[in-house]
Amino acid sequence: MSGPSLMDSLFQRTLEDLIKGLRQQLIGEQAFISKALEEIRKEIKSTDLSTKSTALLKLCYLSNLHFHDMSFAAFHALEVLSSPRFSHKKIAYHAISLSFHDSTPVLLLITNHLRKDLTSTNEFEVSLSLQCLSRIANVDLARDLTPEVFTLLSSNKLYVRKRAVAVVLRVFEKYPDSVRVCFKRLVENLENYDPQILSAVVGVFSELACKDPRSYLPLAPEFYKILVDSKSNWISIKVLKIFAKIAPLEPRLANRVVEPICDLMRKTGAKSLLFECVRTVVTSFSEYESAVRLAVEKIREFLVDEDPNLKYLGLHALSIVASKHLWVVSENKEVVIKSLSDPDPNIKIESLRLVMAMVSEHNVAEISKVLVNYALKSDPLFCNEILGSILSTCSRNVYEIIVDFDWYVSLLSEMSRIPHCQMGEEIENQFIDIGLRVKDVRPELVRVARDLLIDPALLGNSFLHRVLSAAAWVSGEYVEFSRNPLELMEALLQPRTSLLPPSIMAIYIQSAFKLLVFCLHTCFVRGGSTAGVSASASYESFDDLSIENGADSTVAHGQTCTSAPITNESIVNLLKLVELALSPLLGSHDVEVQERARNLLGFVDLIKLEALNSSGQEENESERKGVEATKIIRLVHDAFSKELGPVSLTAQGKVPVPDGLTLNENLGDLETICGDIELPSSNTFSFGYPSEEKDVLSFSNLQIKEDSGQSNESTSLLAEHRKRHGLYYLPSGKSEVISNDYPPANDPALQGDNNDNASDLVKLTAESLVPKRKPNHSKPRPVVVKLDEVDEKPVAVKQLESRDDSLSGAVRDILFGSEDILPTSSRSNLPNSNRKGKKKQHMITQVESKENVVDDGNSSSRRRKDHSHGKERRHRKKNAEERNETDRKEKESSSNHPRRHKSRQRAEEPLKVPPQTSVIPDFLL
Amino acid sequence: MKDLNCPNINIEIAAQQRQQKSESGSWLRCFRRIQIFVIRELGGVILNRGPKLCNFVDWRGFKVVYKRYASLYFCMCIDQDDNELEVLEIIHHYVEILDRYFGSVSEVCELDLIFNFHKAYYILDELLLAGELQESSKKTVARLIAAQDSLVETAKEQASSISNIIAQATK
Repeated sequence: MSGPSLMDSLFQRTLEDLIKGLRQQLIGEQAFISKALEEIRKEIKSTDLSTKSTALLKLCYLSNLHFHDMSFAAFHALEVLSSPRFSHKKIAYHAISLSFHDSTPVLLLITNHLRKDLTSTNEFEVSLSLQCLSRIANVDLARDLTPEVFTLLSSNKLYVRKRAVAVVLRVFEKYPDSVRVCFKRLVENLENYDPQILSAVVGVFSELACKDPRSYLPLAPEFYKILVDSKSNWISIKVLKIFAKIAPLEPRLANRVVEPICDLMRKTGAKSLLFECVRTVVTSFSEYESAVRLAVEKIREFLVDEDPNLKYLGLHALSIVASKHLWVVSENKEVVIKSLSDPDPNIKIESLRLVMAMVSEHNVAEISKVLVNYALKSDPLFCNEILGSILSTCSRNVYEIIVDFDWYVSLLSEMSRIPHCQMGEEIENQFIDIGLRVKDVRPELVRVARDLLIDPALLGNSFLHRVLSAAAWVSGEYVEFSRNPLELMEALLQPRTSLLPPSIMAIYIQSAFKLLVFCLHTCFVRGGSTAGVSASASYESFDDLSIENGADSTVAHGQTCTSAPITNESIVNLLKLVELALSPLLGSHDVEVQERARNLLGFVDLIKLEALNSSGQEENESERKGVEATKIIRLVHDAFSKELGPVSLTAQGKVPVPDGLTLNENLGDLETICGDIELPSSNTFSFGYPSEEKDVLSFSNLQIKEDSGQSNESTSLLAEHRKRHGLYYLPSGKSEVISNDYPPANDPALQGDNNDNASDLVKLTAESLVPKRKPNHSKPRPVVVKLDEVDEKPVAVKQLESRDDSLSGAVRDILFGSEDILPTSSRSNLPNSNRKGKKKQHMITQVESKENVVDDGNSSSRRRKDHSHGKERRHRKKNAEERNETDRKEKESSSNHPRRHKSRQRAEEPLKVPPQTSVIPDFLL
Repeated sequence: MKDLNCPNINIEIAAQQRQQKSESGSWLRCFRRIQIFVIRELGGVILNRGPKLCNFVDWRGFKVVYKRYASLYFCMCIDQDDNELEVLEIIHHYVEILDRYFGSVSEVCELDLIFNFHKAYYILDELLLAGELQESSKKTVARLIAAQDSLVETAKEQASSISNIIAQATK
């Protein structure tokens, strides 16, 4: 390509032309942009810097607002940067700070340009290059330019100086060793009287203090002075941030600082400063009663303010206080509860959090009631937010705050009936979990499950399917508590179950199987005459509950059995019902459903003959056959009646790996093998299930044919398998869209008795929040089964530990590897007791805090595992510098050593620690 | 996402037009690569909020403070423990400076920003550095910007003089 001609540069489109053209283009935006880009590519190769820079500027525009990649121009940007003209430089710096990142290949070439501009006499050029450095600095740049930045830190042009101060932060971050060089000058700037510079320095320190507050304790006197003297709110806010971090480390400091902060809080008119004071007090000075009271007063002002911002921040501040002073929240509960119906979703969520913070075992029932009422009225999003937080709060620590599980179970069912409820999965888990863990609640659980199952309208709501699957499982597993198994059976087999996704359908069938076995067992094995005894015995304790929802055809002839024992006749009906309902499912497209239906029908076939016989003629003739059938029934019943317990997360790990079994072997191929098979959509046919499960499913059939000798073994095997997989045989795909012509399960209009008045609710909660003993607390809390290794996640813990090991190892490596200012011997010489016992030494003797970093390697690195090792090192270095700093002061006060020796003394300092400790506390305040 | 350029207030200010399409201003320079994503998602979040709600949004672990001026939205992405009200003040400060600079009577005009997007950046750079407010005086910022502008102007004049162009061409 020939070089660009004069014409090119004369008739180049300017940025303005480009923008105008872009706004008026007729050829379509994309086409126009790609045409413009083409031009730019040509122009940017020009040797004329003006043309080049204009092209670069246009490219910046396109990259900025139309997201076009401009990395191809990186080198050209550098070329423009070398221009002597300020206007070009400005464009180049702009482009560079927009487009360069750590992996830009030409980043290495920029160092000299930056250096040249950093030493320029034009303060704006210096400023530009500082600005750029703050954006693109990486380790190399930070290292190479440290001397220049250092020089600028004491520049006599304030404009340059303050910018250099701000950039130091970035340099420290990238290249921790620069702390050695620059820290002293940075601290000197802290005593500057120019507010701009002070603001910059304080800003830098507030950032640094966030990461490692302990190192900056020695500077507390300076910060204190700034806090007291500062006239600028910007600076005060930053200083407050510093104190929020460092004050908790040193009680004496907190004592000194708390009063000025309160003063500030009383005097200031600026909301931002006021809020910062409040936040500082509630986060870091929460043990100072009077300060907290004052802060709470201010929070209250925020809460009742019209401005939604202040209201939000007030709630936010409350939630910080809540962890330590719950009384503050209860004092303001009216506002909090009212905020639940605020138009702003952020405010609502914040207040919900606060309400949940107030929950205790005494008021959980009332608060839940209020919240459920709110959930009924809110939009779907917030409704689920509410339900989710109720669920998670109540299930915390294995249902710690729940005393009355009967109540909780009915709450669960109530929540699942809320129209917008999408928490089906969580409710499902809790239903099953409670069933497994809490024995005493099972009768109530079965009753609740029955209510859910029997309502045909619920089947139409796809969000409820998961809940229904839990209900089906519960009613199958704990059928012995059921008042009326026959009715349940009909509910499980009702025609509308066809709306369920296959995986849940399978659970329904399996539960029907359990129910059937139970009925047969009661009827035949325990003797026809005494049948129903066990069933009735188990629900004797219940009041006679009327069936509210059951006014449906399915219950029509089940009704007769409500209180009647299970008779032969009803068994026959039952078997007929099963056959009727399941025979269409034999052709189901889903293997799981088909399989289970076949199992059940096969079982029915086996039993039917005897059942029919015994119903037709009395027991005379059937005796011989009856023995056979009874044996089968007993067998299967035994298999099902083995109780399932909660399974610890670690259970799998406890199973020893059998010899000769290599896990993972060949499993890698599985993916590819399965991947080859084009899986049809979920409701046609699925190959996905591991064959093992099918084996076990048919197992129950096989088992029937086996003689009783092997039954024990197989029973336990089956039970074992069920225990392992339980309900979770199948992943549920609940994406089925089902047309629903039934009325919605829970029409909000029907919930007429809901308290619609917010103030009523407030009153209600107000009452409920008063901690009082509930009457039903007289009932003792049922036992909740917990596993001995309380559901922890050992795997995660192990990972953490291993990471810690590597981290602390790395830290140690760095410690010993680098030219160290701190010999190991001197570290180990330090008495350990100092660290915890005497706080004053803590704050000044950085050697110790450094030791903290090392020794507490485990805890501290866990806390900030995101910190790079470099940072650890940096802190250490910084510590060293600070020590120099304090040292310097010390020396100045004694005026023995000239300052210039300082750097040489550094190496010896650690050895001087013991004398230091006794002197330094006086520096503090 | 974790590696943020500016530690404290991860600032950039985005001025967004109401119609989802971002028209002007700069946006999270540190997020260069996910820019499109950020602007679409966050834009959606913010534009969907009604007028009388609070100016803070929680967004992917960050707080976003936004403020609307006529058809322009200015947003800042900040850390969890930054002071929201302070950031609102910074935004307001910035907008006032823009106002003064572009000389519009009451409010920043969208077109001003579109045609001078780089200047909006320069002003922002004067105001903030490494995520911290650098200059709290509006006058000073105006003075600094004016000084730099005049530098640029003189350079431009030189460059566009006929003799210069001829010198370039005959080189």
